[in-house]
Amino acid sequence: MKKRFLQVENLAQRFPIAGRNKSLTVFEDISFGIERGEFVCIIGHSGCGKSTIMNALSGLDAPTEGVVIMDGKEVSGPSLDRGVVFQNYSLLPWLSALDNIIFGVRARWPKWSRQKIREHSHEYLHMVGLQEVEHRKPGQLSGGMRQRVSIARAFATQPKLLLLDEPFGALDALTRGVIQDELVSICASTAQTVFMITHDVDEAILLADRILLMSNGPEAVIAEDVVVDLPRPRKRGTVINQPGYYSLRNHLLDFLVNRSEAARTATTSAAPAIINPIREASGGPLPHAVNA
Amino acid sequence: MMSLNIRAAVLSLVFLVAALGMWEVSSEADVVAQENLTEYELLMGTNVQKARVPPPSDVIVRAWQELSDPFYDAGPNDKGIGIQLGYSLYRVLTGYLMAAMVAIPLGFLIGMSPLMYRALNPYIQVLRPISPLAWMPLALFIIKDAEASAIFVIFICSIWPMLLNTAFGVAGVRSDWVNVARTHQLSQLRTAFTVILPAAAPTILTGMRISIGIAWLVIVAAEMLVGGTGIGYYVWNEWNNLDLTSVIFSILMIGLVGMLLDLGLSALTRLIQYQE
Ligand SMILES: Nc1ncnc2c1ncn2[C@@H]1O[C@H](COP(=O)(O)OP(=O)(O)O)[C@@H](O)[C@H]1O
Ligand SMILES: [Mg+2]
Repeated sequence: MKKRFLQVENLAQRFPIAGRNKSLTVFEDISFGIERGEFVCIIGHSGCGKSTIMNALSGLDAPTEGVVIMDGKEVSGPSLDRGVVFQNYSLLPWLSALDNIIFGVRARWPKWSRQKIREHSHEYLHMVGLQEVEHRKPGQLSGGMRQRVSIARAFATQPKLLLLDEPFGALDALTRGVIQDELVSICASTAQTVFMITHDVDEAILLADRILLMSNGPEAVIAEDVVVDLPRPRKRGTVINQPGYYSLRNHLLDFLVNRSEAARTATTSAAPAIINPIREASGGPLPHAVNA
Repeated sequence: MMSLNIRAAVLSLVFLVAALGMWEVSSEADVVAQENLTEYELLMGTNVQKARVPPPSDVIVRAWQELSDPFYDAGPNDKGIGIQLGYSLYRVLTGYLMAAMVAIPLGFLIGMSPLMYRALNPYIQVLRPISPLAWMPLALFIIKDAEASAIFVIFICSIWPMLLNTAFGVAGVRSDWVNVARTHQLSQLRTAFTVILPAAAPTILTGMRISIGIAWLVIVAAEMLVGGTGIGYYVWNEWNNLDLTSVIFSILMIGLVGMLLDLGLSALTRLIQYQE
């Protein structure tokens, strides 16, 4: 089997339960891969263990079992090769927007001159359209602006893999849409490899090449690996008119509403079933045939 | 309608005038009362012992005299108020800065390491409630120098709030920010200086502000014990001279300098305060 850029093998995470001689298995038997330049989303109900998976990918927490291999090397701790945008914008509140980006850039290239670090950081602040507010502290920025700074900081360090944990969860629908569009265009121009957690089905369809569906916890598994077979570039306004959009969307919603609870017992193999609802709807081969 | 600040200032002024007025009138009443003493009281010398509290007008005149020449030096028992305050400030700042140099690094250690916290906590809990003046005899015996003993007492009283606040601030730094440092592969030392220190700075400064207040309270008492120079000695000396006007004047100066020290640190706090 060909090794992918990011290879997750038989990952499990268990936490000890206080006062009892047992442990809580958040997830187990998680195996999947991500190709270079691919955008992969993971969807699942709140508390199923998405952030816990991400902590294992970033190296912040060691998994109880299994390995994460990126670019041929096993992940054994945090690294600048994996940029992280946390669920609650983790900007440093005592630094201005620009200084937050400089913080990342200086960590990445400690030998660069002050001038070069500044120019590089400026460029990325520009990319998210925030050059006007570069001197403002995060406390004086709106939620949307803060998340843009977080994203700019992550992109500015040019990581091999970008990890996003529900980056738009706390934003209003309008702001979310605008930043989603920005993310689409930045990813298209940089060919960034991205792993993103979301609970928004439409967001996942707009952004992802593949969507991993996670069953409910505890002992969660990845039940399906859904291909988003829609042409790019995708636009928020027009993607819904693409043939197959609704069959894909219905498939995802049906999973979240009806099947995520029972999915754990139905899934037996370590690798999730690859499913392409769009091709199915247009009379393509059955999912089992794809899986074989 | 006047702004709240202006109204408050006017009201403050009214209170001041009323208080000073009542004080002035009541000290005059004392003088009158002395003339109506019974023969017995005159015999017992009550009128002599009952030195009157000087009226504010006297205090203002004295303040004017002292402040117009604050740095004169006419021998060990007669120095200007500026010189006396200078001695006290020198002792407070020396002891305080030494305490900060010990408390902040140690607080960092305790805040970052649960092991060190548990190991050192019993000592801190025992040492902290000891009145700083209780150290004085031991300090005098070991250090054998009054000046240095006063500084030591300041050191020991200002160390605890800074130590505990630093440890508390460092331990409470949000794990998100520490994770930002980790994902950027910062070394321990860089994390301490670029993430934990600025994150804990407001809490550390609150401790420093509490400490300077305590140090200023303690120096007056310490100097009364040690003698020689300083504002505490000055108050005691003027009391022995039965010069209550000077006593009241120096009390006011102690309050004023204490307020300025606090204002200085609160300005510093505002500089490093951040909004989450
Ligand atoms: N350090 C930990 N100790 C114990 N339980 C944890 C820990 N971290 C996460 N969990 C548990 O793991 C589950 C998944 O959490 P999380 O990954 O945050 O979910 P999600 O991001 O999908 O909403 C939750 O039930 C949570 O209580
Ligand atoms: Mg989460």
